Amino acid sequence: MKKVFLTSVLSILALVLVHGGLKPGDKAIPFSLKNVDGKTVSLSDYSSQKGVIVIFTCNPCPFAKAYEQRIIQLHNKYAGMGFPVVALNPNNPAISPDDSYDNMKSRAKEKGYPFPYLKDNQNIYKAYGATRTPHIYLLEKSGNNFKVAYIGAIDDNAMEAGAVSKRYLESAIKAVIEGNKPSPATTKAIGCTIK
Amino acid sequence: MDVRTAFIIVIFLLVSYTGASGQPIQLIDGDGIAVLSSLSNDTTYILNFWATWCSPCVEEIAIFEKIHRDKMNPKVKVILVSLDFINQVDSRVIPFLEKKGISAEVRIMTDTDYNAWIDQVDPSWTGAIPATLIYNRDRRVFLEKELSYNELVKQIHQIQH
Repeated sequence: MKKVFLTSVLSILALVLVHGGLKPGDKAIPFSLKNVDGKTVSLSDYSSQKGVIVIFTCNPCPFAKAYEQRIIQLHNKYAGMGFPVVALNPNNPAISPDDSYDNMKSRAKEKGYPFPYLKDNQNIYKAYGATRTPHIYLLEKSGNNFKVAYIGAIDDNAMEAGAVSKRYLESAIKAVIEGNKPSPATTKAIGCTIK
Repeated sequence: MDVRTAFIIVIFLLVSYTGASGQPIQLIDGDGIAVLSSLSNDTTYILNFWATWCSPCVEEIAIFEKIHRDKMNPKVKVILVSLDFINQVDSRVIPFLEKKGISAEVRIMTDTDYNAWIDQVDPSWTGAIPATLIYNRDRRVFLEKELSYNELVKQIHQIQH
């Protein structure tokens, strides 16, 4: 077990060193992290899904807050179609106390998150190359693994959900469902730096 | 860019947002930032991208104000581009600027589709802030990190010499 753990740590490290994060088309990096309900959630738990919407997010960032409701709606809309949301909180509670495990539990309960909200205390975000919150990695099933289909923003208007004109993530999911490559496959978005 | 587009941009840049305090804050859109990121004259421009909700940005803002107030280097122009939500200008941005005594120029970004303009500032920008562009007609450097005063002075010096 120890050896397996060490191997996976080394392989993540190697990926980080070589790639500086994932790109569309890359194989997704597995993770196994503690959820707000105390249970461990792994990427491999989703092997029967068509894909996973991995979202690096956090409690206090105004952009993350602005997207909370939209992330819940995305899960409610796409989980049934085989693309559930898995949220990972990568912030170090020593630097950002609002992102402590207890505060994550409170937020998940208060908002009624219908998806897991995992504490990323293993620097999975670095392996993925996430730099801010929220930062989206849409994964699609590829054989027995997942590969990255889309990286970036949810849409083009963090402030006002009603004023969105480009739904980047939803377009990417639609492309994957139709067997096409998302275009754009990457977008950039302003967000809070991961702490 | 045709004359009409340029005219619209100029008009847009002249539209001032007057906050509760009466302090005018200018708005800027994606086209405006593209222009402001590529001026070609003898001034060195320092564009700092920040927001009131970004704690490292808040911590470093004083160093840009210090550069702005430094009369020893008149060929330097500091512009603080705020990525705060436009509906929080009165409630957050203006009180913050007053509290910190900021007299440097401030622009509020109105184009929320960051992908439409972010590469114009620098293609390497991931979207995280603070981020700072320092440039003149000969050289440019883009720094996606929090800066110390000494580091900022050093970077400006390298651009100018």
